[in-house]
Amino acid sequence: MIVLEKRPQPSKLWAYGTPVLAVLLTMIFGGLLFAALGKNPVDAIRTIFFDPVFGEFAFYYRPQLLVKGAPLVLIAIGLSLGFRAGIWNIGAEGQYIIGALCGAGVALAVYPLEAFWLFPLMIMAGALGGWAWAMIPAFLKVRFGTNEILVSLMLVYVAEQLLASMALGLLRNPDGFGFPGSRNLQQYPSAHNAELIAGTGMHLGVVFALIAVIFAYVLLSRHMLGFQIKLTGAAPRAAKFAGVNPARLILVCLGTSGALAGMAGLFEVAGPAGQVSIDFNVGYGFTAIIVAFLGRLNPIGILLAGGLMALTYIGGEIAQGQLGLPAAAIDLFQGMLLFFLLALDVLTNYRIRLRKGEAA
Amino acid sequence: MKLNTLLTSAALVLGLAAGAAAQDRTKVGFVYVGPVGDGGWTYEHDKGRQAVEGAFGDAVETVFVESVPEGPDAERVMTQMALDGADLIFTTSFGYMDATNNVAAKFPDVKFEHATGYKREHPNVSTYSARFYEGRAIQGHIAGNMTESNIIGYIASFPIPEVIRGINSAYIHASKVNPDVEFKIIWVYTWFDPAKEADAATALIEQGADVILQHTDSTAPQAAAQAAGNVVTFGQASDMGEYAPFPRVSSIIDDWAPYYIARTKAVMDDTWESMDTWDGIGPGMVGIGTISDAVPADVKAEALAMKEALGSGEYHAFTGPLNKQDGSPWLAEGETADDGTLLGMNFYVEGLTGEIPQ
Repeated sequence: MIVLEKRPQPSKLWAYGTPVLAVLLTMIFGGLLFAALGKNPVDAIRTIFFDPVFGEFAFYYRPQLLVKGAPLVLIAIGLSLGFRAGIWNIGAEGQYIIGALCGAGVALAVYPLEAFWLFPLMIMAGALGGWAWAMIPAFLKVRFGTNEILVSLMLVYVAEQLLASMALGLLRNPDGFGFPGSRNLQQYPSAHNAELIAGTGMHLGVVFALIAVIFAYVLLSRHMLGFQIKLTGAAPRAAKFAGVNPARLILVCLGTSGALAGMAGLFEVAGPAGQVSIDFNVGYGFTAIIVAFLGRLNPIGILLAGGLMALTYIGGEIAQGQLGLPAAAIDLFQGMLLFFLLALDVLTNYRIRLRKGEAA
Repeated sequence: MKLNTLLTSAALVLGLAAGAAAQDRTKVGFVYVGPVGDGGWTYEHDKGRQAVEGAFGDAVETVFVESVPEGPDAERVMTQMALDGADLIFTTSFGYMDATNNVAAKFPDVKFEHATGYKREHPNVSTYSARFYEGRAIQGHIAGNMTESNIIGYIASFPIPEVIRGINSAYIHASKVNPDVEFKIIWVYTWFDPAKEADAATALIEQGADVILQHTDSTAPQAAAQAAGNVVTFGQASDMGEYAPFPRVSSIIDDWAPYYIARTKAVMDDTWESMDTWDGIGPGMVGIGTISDAVPADVKAEALAMKEALGSGEYHAFTGPLNKQDGSPWLAEGETADDGTLLGMNFYVEGLTGEIPQ
């Protein structure tokens, strides 16, 4: 019979091997799914994974991968710090919204003033907004011991209502004939998060995402705080004895992830999205949770995972448009990816052994 | 600016290359805000797409992408369709307005048709919508007659003029036949979210509503009404006939097929021009689904007479005397609303309670 035997230590090999295996399994089972829908599986897989990067119109899709991947990576990096320490910020979506509102609010307040300092100020406001929103669950947890998972998640819905109210009221475009939505920041040069080099998709948010990856890497491998985070996640009691202040760690981790999510929101609202609208948020804050785990909570892994997620989104849309695949099939495909990854995790911590009949 | 030129020139080169191969087939793309199986708004647009295929057969190729969020994702999907050689692209949600115009600027040879919007910033953008408020008038008439609790629940999506127009039109005609009628409105801030819509319907029913009107796309409110047992509903955007004869007693049906076929034909004949279309019951863009026998015969007859009058132009759904919510006069006796006011409508008529979310 087959038994699972706990490994004395998690396998290094499998920790890196499972994501690759999960992608391969997703391709196989996704291919079967597409075949069952009457589509050529090879075509479908090629369209999703290959066409956006190497296909005929890759000149358009490659920059789009950066645009779609950057907010995911930026948010996931922040989340991963907390997740490592067992601090669960599930409300990045809300912090993303508040960051966008604060950043865009600064620009709209001084419109149509053109100044070099405006965009840096917007970035700060965005980060501050996200940070403040994340401080609510952080403070409640430190002071009253509330569950940060629930509080941060519930605050997403509060943020969504606030977003609707802003798009309809305070931040509404006065020249918009009463329709909801703010002025378009793409048409406001000082506030526009434009591409640094035209046609590359490389806006400041992409640069910040890369910087965040490097910082997180250095933090986790070289810095005392990184050590404390890892220690708290692995052995909370030992961490206490080692002098880690849990309250401080909660504030730092939630605050950092909130600030990064807020910045992601600001870069999105000032760049690709352009305006505060009722439907501004499209789930980056939730998808980033998947990205963080897909990347094994490791900064480099998150970078790759963010790219992969962006690829399945963009490739999935191409597959819909060209092959007529239903949107639900693409969602299922993305779900498979996470499912296989989590299921295969068992190989990292356990060894599969064949044992002869004695237990039967 | 540079990106625009780059994309345009690249698209032109590719377009020329691809154009030679696919010259004979007109490619029509559709961008949907919900899934094609929503049973409402997107479902009807997709029926329009199928009608285009049916009308032109092998001369056209249609493609669609469903459940596309409003914002940068929509822009990417439209660009992708244009790159893939679409000649005509229908973008079927209000929130696609800026994205449609942005992409249209980059692809001057592709025609864009945006549903329910008002921006035509480029000569290759048209807008189109239907006078759903005409259907709402008939709904209001039936609802006002059917309600016993005198409370009518209204599931509203977004506080944009189109939705506010519907509320006003329904209220005017409900209160005309039943002056005691009261509207309870819940804003759900979504076009399609069965869970939220069902919650809203349940909340309204618990507050005593025995008629539910919806400006959202799923059949979830119908199911909630059916479960409650004695609540009347109307199909929205599509007939939703699977809930007839009760709770669904009638419906507003969007019929996009004739428009889609005509616009596709215009592209094929090279006669396509940028324009704004706003058609109602008369030209057939708004249809009224079968009024079921749950409605008393005299009410049904009145409703059908109103449909006739609206269709022929003899009666306008917004005919004075009408006051605004604050009591200030809006339309004098016999005066009808002009399209400009209707298109930008951001006020309730007198009698409605509550405020439009700001």
